[in-house]
Amino acid sequence: MPDLEQEASETLHHGGKGRFFMRFTREQRALHAVLFTTFLGLAATGLPMRFSQSFWARRFASAVGGFGSIIFFHKLFAVALTLAFLVHLKAILQRGIVNREKGIFWGSTSMVANWKDVKDLVGHLRWMVGLGPKPQFERYAYWEKFDYWAVFWGMIVIGFSGYAMWFAPFFARFLPGWALNAVLVIHSEEGLLAILFIFSIHFVNTHLRPDSFPMDMVVFTGVESEEEFKHKRTQEYERLAREGKLEARVADAPAVWFTNFSKVVGFIAIFIGLTLLVLTLSAYFI
Amino acid sequence: MKTVSSITLVLVAAALLFHAAPAAAQKSAECLACHADASMQDAAGHSITVDESKFHSSIHGSLECANCHATIKSYPHPDKVTPVKCDTCHADEAAGLASSVHSASADHPCTSCHGDAHSIFPKTDARSAVYPLNVPRTCGNCHSNEGMAQKHGLASVYPSYIDSIHGFALSKEGLLVAANCQSCHGSHKILSQKNPLSATYKTNIPNTCGTCHAGISANYAGGVHGKAVAAGKLAAPVCSDCHTAHAILQPTESAFRTQSTPICGSCHKEKFSTYRDTFHSQLGALGGYVETARCWDCHGAHDVLPASDPRSPIAPANLVKTCGRCHVGANESFVQYQPHANAHNRKLNPALYFIRLFMNLLLGSVLTFFMIHTILWLIRSRYDQVKRKSAEGEKNA
Repeated sequence: MPDLEQEASETLHHGGKGRFFMRFTREQRALHAVLFTTFLGLAATGLPMRFSQSFWARRFASAVGGFGSIIFFHKLFAVALTLAFLVHLKAILQRGIVNREKGIFWGSTSMVANWKDVKDLVGHLRWMVGLGPKPQFERYAYWEKFDYWAVFWGMIVIGFSGYAMWFAPFFARFLPGWALNAVLVIHSEEGLLAILFIFSIHFVNTHLRPDSFPMDMVVFTGVESEEEFKHKRTQEYERLAREGKLEARVADAPAVWFTNFSKVVGFIAIFIGLTLLVLTLSAYFI
Repeated sequence: MKTVSSITLVLVAAALLFHAAPAAAQKSAECLACHADASMQDAAGHSITVDESKFHSSIHGSLECANCHATIKSYPHPDKVTPVKCDTCHADEAAGLASSVHSASADHPCTSCHGDAHSIFPKTDARSAVYPLNVPRTCGNCHSNEGMAQKHGLASVYPSYIDSIHGFALSKEGLLVAANCQSCHGSHKILSQKNPLSATYKTNIPNTCGTCHAGISANYAGGVHGKAVAAGKLAAPVCSDCHTAHAILQPTESAFRTQSTPICGSCHKEKFSTYRDTFHSQLGALGGYVETARCWDCHGAHDVLPASDPRSPIAPANLVKTCGRCHVGANESFVQYQPHANAHNRKLNPALYFIRLFMNLLLGSVLTFFMIHTILWLIRSRYDQVKRKSAEGEKNA
């Protein structure tokens, strides 16, 4: 990890709250920022199309300049997200294949699911209903891996079906006619799944649950406190301590202004997300 | 006036044609001795002044007062005089009026449309209340107020008309050929649209509109709707069902494009519902982008023909051309797209049906599993948190 702080000192930290540890690189945080910005934009412009008959769709569309501008912004966000996806894909392949970095495609630091994730899921569920101890998680817990792969798969499916609609006559050269009907169903259902999942389950699992309430700042600041690290990702903490790599992960405490700025941005994002969630549900029940 | 010359008598008799000449008719000049006074009023306070010069320039200017006011034979005349009977001369018009919706003559005297009896001009004269450009305002005197709706169950049509393409052509461009009220409804013998003899009765509307729109009327007659109406199927649409009767809009206008698809849908319910599931409708419903395909963009507007008819724009052989009007580069495979696909119909659209089913199951299972997972997690985390806090509380205490 190139931009991890090598030196750390207790005296550097604000308020003497203890040490902070690096979890996400600047590139990873930037990717998340681009991802949630474009995702909110795509959701906000996609939902009025999906629920074009609902009471708010037309009002919202008119407010931003009617359908013409809705589709323009939808395509704009789509292109931005596609680029971000390609940049991420390149980074992964670069690290895993060209640089032969360990732990990208397999192992305890990888995003790829393994047998421990299955055991963790079962153990976690047993713990929830009081049938066993709480499992200890590694760098990425099973629900985080699910989030990652859901988005990964979702971007391929939604992206492909979206471009098929955008350039329908071109895609019709090698797709059968009924596929043009199917891509809208796939695009809108998969989009709806992403919206419902992110704005309810991801929000709660990652940000709103008691351990992280009201927001897990690590994805903005990149660092978390030793206490939080130990508590949330015990196995990773212990592994690093065992391997003597813990010190290498120690980082500066985040600047106060940056934490506050991130909170504002994060709360706006969560507020927009929850608003869109309510509007989506209202389209079904009102 | 006591004596009347026999010459005057003969002249009056000639002027009145069928009417028996009054035994002692008066000369207009004598009437005007009093009625030229601009301040003259009857007991109820209505002006009973006659503007002599205006009257003389009017279509009736050559007549004597007594020709119409036939019951007044001498001076002084009684305070209450018998109303003038226009039908003495205008018998055909009066007969038409009597059989029309305006037959209650007390409410609809001739003057209610033709204006002041002493300044009636021919309908070709711009001063006439029934000059083509003045007709809508004249009818609008009554047909623009809400009272009409309450009294007769008639909509206040004047505002709709005046904002319509006809009203615009008439009021803004001053086009004499623009349809005014009487172009469609007639003038004296206006009949209810429920009356089969009325020009606005459903089956007569294509002919009525066709008086001007001859080309479109002929197209319409050749299409499925025209044939159905001609065969007496009154559920099929005529001009006014799609274009409305009074608030007719330019069909390329966005308001018309957005309002008219549901009109087709009011009969073609199934087709409308499947159209709404498509991108064409989703785009179109949001406004600001009205170019998306509406019913008639593909099916044709007036000469709608079934796909089995080779002349139809949706006949298989014509699809590449029809779709290609918007979708540049449309090919044989592209036009296999079904603009009315039903993802819930397994027989008609099996591939789409199973794809939708798969997507629904995916959505349902993922969301259900994680919803349960999240709720259990929340409860357990909160339980642990409260337990931890109370343990800390006891320690502190």
